[in-house]
Amino acid sequence: MAFEPRLVGFLCNWCSYAGADLAGVSRFQYPSNIRVIRVMCSGRIDPVLIIEALIQGADGVLIGGCHPGDCHYVNGNLQASYKIGLTEKILGLAGIDPQRVRLEWVSASEGQRFADLVRDFTGVLQKLGPSNAKDKMDGLTAIRKALSDFRLRALVSNELKIVEEGNVYGDKLAKEKLLDIVYHATKEEFERSMILLLAKNNNVSVKDLSKRMNVPADRVLGHIVVLRQKNLLSMDHPEGFTPTYKTIEVGGEQ
Amino acid sequence: MAEKNETKDKPRIGVFVCHCGSNIGGFVDVPSVAEYAKTLPDVVYATDNLYTCADDGLTAIREGIRKHNLNRVIVASCTPRTHAPLFQATCESAGLNKYLFTFVNIREHCSWVHMKEKDKATRKARDLIRMGVARARLLEAQEEAKVDVAATGLVIGGGVSGMTAALSLADMGFPVHLVEKEGELGGFVKNLNNLYVTEKSATETIKPLIEKVKAHKNIKLHLNSTMKSVEGFIGNYNVVIGTKGEEDTKAKIGTIIVATGALEFVPEGLYGYNQYPNVVTLTEFEILCKKKTLPKLKNVAFVQCVGSRGQNKSYCSRICCNVGIKNAINIVDNYENMLGLMEKAGTVVEKIPVEQKVPDEILDRRRRRRGRERGEEGEAEEAKLGPSEKIEVTVFNRDVMAYGVEHELTYNKSREKRVKFVRYTPEHLPRVYMEGNQLTVGYFHETLKLERTMPVDMVILATPLVAQPDAGELSQMLKVPLGQEGFFLEAHVKLRPVDFATDGIYVCGTCRGPSDITECVTQAAAAASRAAIPLSKGYVLAEAIASEVNTDLCVGCGICATLCPYSAITVERGPKGMKAVVIKAACKGCGACGAGCPEKAMTMLHYTDEQLIVEGLAGIKEVVL
Ligand SMILES: Cc1cc2nc3c(=O)[nH]c(=O)nc-3n(C[C@H](O)[C@H](O)[C@H](O)COP(=O)(O)OP(=O)(O)OC[C@H]3O[C@@H](n4cnc5c(N)ncnc54)[C@H](O)[C@@H]3O)c2cc1C
Ligand code: SF4
Ligand code: SF4
Ligand code: FES
Repeated sequence: MAFEPRLVGFLCNWCSYAGADLAGVSRFQYPSNIRVIRVMCSGRIDPVLIIEALIQGADGVLIGGCHPGDCHYVNGNLQASYKIGLTEKILGLAGIDPQRVRLEWVSASEGQRFADLVRDFTGVLQKLGPSNAKDKMDGLTAIRKALSDFRLRALVSNELKIVEEGNVYGDKLAKEKLLDIVYHATKEEFERSMILLLAKNNNVSVKDLSKRMNVPADRVLGHIVVLRQKNLLSMDHPEGFTPTYKTIEVGGEQ
Repeated sequence: MAEKNETKDKPRIGVFVCHCGSNIGGFVDVPSVAEYAKTLPDVVYATDNLYTCADDGLTAIREGIRKHNLNRVIVASCTPRTHAPLFQATCESAGLNKYLFTFVNIREHCSWVHMKEKDKATRKARDLIRMGVARARLLEAQEEAKVDVAATGLVIGGGVSGMTAALSLADMGFPVHLVEKEGELGGFVKNLNNLYVTEKSATETIKPLIEKVKAHKNIKLHLNSTMKSVEGFIGNYNVVIGTKGEEDTKAKIGTIIVATGALEFVPEGLYGYNQYPNVVTLTEFEILCKKKTLPKLKNVAFVQCVGSRGQNKSYCSRICCNVGIKNAINIVDNYENMLGLMEKAGTVVEKIPVEQKVPDEILDRRRRRRGRERGEEGEAEEAKLGPSEKIEVTVFNRDVMAYGVEHELTYNKSREKRVKFVRYTPEHLPRVYMEGNQLTVGYFHETLKLERTMPVDMVILATPLVAQPDAGELSQMLKVPLGQEGFFLEAHVKLRPVDFATDGIYVCGTCRGPSDITECVTQAAAAASRAAIPLSKGYVLAEAIASEVNTDLCVGCGICATLCPYSAITVERGPKGMKAVVIKAACKGCGACGAGCPEKAMTMLHYTDEQLIVEGLAGIKEVVL
């Protein structure tokens, strides 16, 4: 029997949900794998919700919004494109295929497009096979943590504004450049979260970490310095041995 | 208060699965789905109905609520986009807050799109209901707060549209502020000579309107003025009106109508415009006619669709064909009236067109024949057509859009008056150049498939109406969108043509796209009546699907405020320090703030993170958290 992917779709009420309705009214047939959740706008989709769905076992997540310029709430879809673009990018860091997350524009009159989209996405997921999320739980958890970080969320949230209107100094950054900055900040945050996860239960050395995370040792060391400053890591350094590190448990931290 | 208790009580969920005749029942095993629903947590009642939206279906819901003491209702049937209001009202009539109702779509999203896979469709229907149950358990009753409305209108723009809208509101008894950028009322019509399909002068036509506006006791007119700032939301806008050389006016406004009009596209670099003296735009031509300063002409060419329909602008400007025809007829009929410099030697171009010079006798015969065909005296027709002998008018067009009843008649009239229509295609645009001292139009004759030339004295370019250059500023100030071409964009192209998606702001006239005066007046009356609804009601219900700040988590960073497309969030100092404050009446519930808040301090009521996560989980696994 062919693999039946589990596909979760977040569709905005005004365009893509209506497009899915039209697919129904027009009797356009498509695979039954998708489970739709209606939201008011694609801008509602916090990247954390996507990661959550992947952690829970979704093989794919589709986010549907209105075409650029058509968002019922002016620019929610634009905000979504920044946030979800970033999410797709950092999934790769955790070893999850970014093709598992897709942001698509579907208008209320594009029933055919919606049906085609679901068929296509289901096919892609079938080819990718079952999600490897179970084996990548550490990575996904680190992503979730990174995406919950204040500094990063503030940066992502301001992205649109900095590109469109400029920052407080009036500088306008090119979109590509900013995406790059945000991506690197996210990567940093992700790697630090990863270190904290790997060092949660037992002491680990820089070398261990570097190997398990596939990140150069000097980079790991840089992170460790920061985490030590923030008092998130303890160090064990018996004479004659390489130092090892362990996460300091903070009350209530998951 | 009773409603709040419903929320706190342990959920008692009732599930109503609809057959929709055979629309769902034919492709999904509905009874088994209803049976399955009974096994889900907190579901105390589940049934299937032939048509849930029919009387007996709705009665079943009401009775279910009463008999089983339901505090959550799920209907699994068609789409919430059409049927949610009906079921919500049914719940409310049985005393259940409408936000405790959950819609599960098993028709458009299931039975109709998996018609050949009954097993899979049935499994999906079950999953969708499980998702609904997971969501329903976490729902909370919501209240739609009543917000008072300041019963004063604001109209921006004092053209025909703005004046009409202001008068309508004023006649209904509402005070209106009318803000006009320039020193006088009238807008674009001030430039025009006469108005199709009448022959009356434009100035005379709008004079009564201007006088009424000026005299109306309910209209406060602000000339030389613009809106400097606006904040607030429907019913409660705080507007600052800036007037040149005067103190700012502050006003509390209930609803706003945007009527800022449009401008004529300037065909810089096209068809010899600004290069040769007698190449003018339609508006410039009307101004010359109005001021009676036309040079003497023998041969006039109109070029239609200059810069529109895929050239500089993508759209058809809708009015220019008819404005072109109007002016072509004017030239033939009233040309002598509009002449100013006739006697002045030098400006007179005295060349008889070489091309298609039909001998006078033949022309006369043709004319008399046309007259006889219409049962008129040959002589009368002759008199009417008098001046046309002296002037040739050619309209180069892509195709003539003389839509509707009157315009087609006018077009026919122009044909009778010997106005020539010559077609061109976008591949073969006409060219305007100087042949020695002679202004000339070169064109490709589509029927003869030949290059031709036509010496002319004047070329009139029909260019499209274009958006006001400062429309973007206004759009940002008011948080209302512009379409791709810079015109204001209505909420729904078919069903809400004069509303913006933002409640409390409306639009009419050429600022939302090319339209003529008849259309502007219609739109203006429509916008005024839409704007009057909240004003006369005196209150609006605030959307309950809105954001809510957790003041313990909020750090007052203000990021949510920058993300909100509706300025519905301010950051204010309170007992706990700087915190975000949501203006419920302005929030539209898009959720952008919640998705962006770095502290996750924003909850989207009715679409909380938890609700979305459990719904997703229930869709992935057979669990209800
Ligand atoms: C050459 C030509 C010929 C035409 N002939 C005809 C005809 O024969 N028959 C016909 O029915 N229609 C005709 N029209 C169309 C007609 O002119 C328009 O339909 C009409 O003028 C539109 O009215 P309006 O009030 O929407 O906009 P406008 O007349 O453009 O008025 C808008 C007003 O808003 C003001 N304004 C703009 N921005 C602001 C701001 N930010 N704050 C405050 N005030 C602002 C402007 O100063 C202006 O007074 C013609 C148009 C052209 C170009
Ligand atoms: S974004 Fe969040 S933390 Fe910042 S002000 Fe808004 S609610 Fe408060
Ligand atoms: S939900 Fe949307 S409209 Fe409401 S406050 Fe947040 S961003 Fe603004
Ligand atoms: S409403 Fe569809 S993307 Fe915003």
